[in-house]
Amino acid sequence: MTTLLDPTGELSPVTRQPLPRLEGLTGATIGLLDISKPRGDVFLDRLQSLLESRGAKVERFRKPTFAKNAPPDLRREIAERCDAVIEALAD
Amino acid sequence: MTDAAEWVPRDGLVVVVKRGCPTCNTVLPALVELREARRDLVVVTQDDPAFPEGLGAIFDEDLRGSHRLGIEVVPTLVERVAGENRRVAIGWNREEWQELSRVSDLAPDLPAARPGCGALNLEEPHASRLAELDSRPLSARAVGLGDDEDPIEACFTRGWSDGLPVVPPTAQRVRRMLTGTARPPDELVAVVPPDYASATVEKVAINAVMAGCLPEHLPVVLACVEAACTEEFNWHGLAATTYFSGPVVVVNGPIRRQLGMSWGINALGQGNRANLTIGRALQLTLRNVGGARPGEVDRATLGNPGKLSFCFAENEEGSPWEPLAQARGVAAGRSAVTLFAGEGPRGVVDQLSREPESLSRSLAMALRTVAHPKLPLGFDAMLVVTPEHGRVFREAGWTRQKLERRLLELLQIPAREMIRGAGGCAEGVPASMFEDSESSTIPKFRPGGLLLVHAGGGAGLFSAIIGGWINGEGGSQPLTREIQ
Repeated sequence: MTTLLDPTGELSPVTRQPLPRLEGLTGATIGLLDISKPRGDVFLDRLQSLLESRGAKVERFRKPTFAKNAPPDLRREIAERCDAVIEALAD
Repeated sequence: MTDAAEWVPRDGLVVVVKRGCPTCNTVLPALVELREARRDLVVVTQDDPAFPEGLGAIFDEDLRGSHRLGIEVVPTLVERVAGENRRVAIGWNREEWQELSRVSDLAPDLPAARPGCGALNLEEPHASRLAELDSRPLSARAVGLGDDEDPIEACFTRGWSDGLPVVPPTAQRVRRMLTGTARPPDELVAVVPPDYASATVEKVAINAVMAGCLPEHLPVVLACVEAACTEEFNWHGLAATTYFSGPVVVVNGPIRRQLGMSWGINALGQGNRANLTIGRALQLTLRNVGGARPGEVDRATLGNPGKLSFCFAENEEGSPWEPLAQARGVAAGRSAVTLFAGEGPRGVVDQLSREPESLSRSLAMALRTVAHPKLPLGFDAMLVVTPEHGRVFREAGWTRQKLERRLLELLQIPAREMIRGAGGCAEGVPASMFEDSESSTIPKFRPGGLLLVHAGGGAGLFSAIIGGWINGEGGSQPLTREIQ
């Protein structure tokens, strides 16, 4: 029998349960994350007004560059302050 | 399993020979005399138990004794003291043999010296089998294949390939690859994004086998993996981008010649094993260990063929300038890799300029098109100047710095050409960037955003531009690393 050596990172993915869905938007804090792509702000401004008109509180966040991961502190801050987050990914 | 080489003496004399070696046959009289004078002499034969006749030779059938003694040539005479080789005489050399054995007037009818032949233990398949005896254990998961499974197809099926066949990474091949470095297999080379998995020397060696590398290529691949996984180079962003780019590797220093790399005709193309397999091994390591596969984390809209492999050497010997690695701080005479986040190369033709000013204007016009003629500052570029274009700069005494400076000057572009809407084209920079867009200019490249490399065949008044990806701290910065 031929045996080969595994060229991959051999990571075992951690299975996580998704958080329960929000009951509704009233009173919820929704984070809006701008990743610094052009016109992400236009999209998020519109989302903010739609969310606020439905009773949600909105917090805005911004990554320093779209070409790198969000800094750990930013991720922690969003997790602490928000019930959900929407990220504006593309141009 | 008992040690088949238990005859290797702690103390005393050993001579290793084989029938297939003419010198071993020539020195038979010396062996007979030596055996008479030194009863502790152990005669060892590698290929024929009946050779040499009458000397009570031990047949080193599995060659483990020769391997333990470190025999590279036959005949070799070894003096053992306290379990170590104290002195070694390689080939036949009367003076050395006499000094080592303390036997005088040894075989006076023989010539004074004769070179030996290559030892059998260094030939394949023996060499790999013997190397396995003293190598450290491998720790990668062993994947058993079905009896009817084709190993190359199995690598495709398991998602380990870049779309081309890979060399199946058997333990034997990986061990042979590991002989290319003194670094232990379990040493950490880098943590590879986006999965942030550990690339050990062994994991890199496995991927180097798959890419088709030779063991001597491995140190270059290791330097590439280290460079790619730095915060500055930002493999995470580069792996995930929608843009075209991937890592481009330029190799400098004596290792280019040792590996027979290409920096001449077709340097950016196909045909050279070291160029192609080193670049491919880097990409396979990043994707297999780090997990950035196309359509998953790799979101490239089009990509480019260089994402299979993009590695070449600089033509240092014929260059008008000091090598790229030296310009970036590596000491002369040292080997290094420079990684650049680049797209595919595009040609620049100028067959008429014989003056450096005219030629730099041509190059500047072409460089302006990197990413978009109206997009400044966001992208670096590598300019590959060929010998026929390089000659124009050399003959005029233009240094690397002078050409860079002139190109940056020529690429100070009037703002009115760059603003959104100018030239009837929506792309560009916002007019609000300038107080007065009529009189302002804006640089195409940031300082240090141009990398000049000299490569290519001797005929062709062309150069090539390799456009970069998002530059600077928020993107990817070119990175030079010495090869260990």
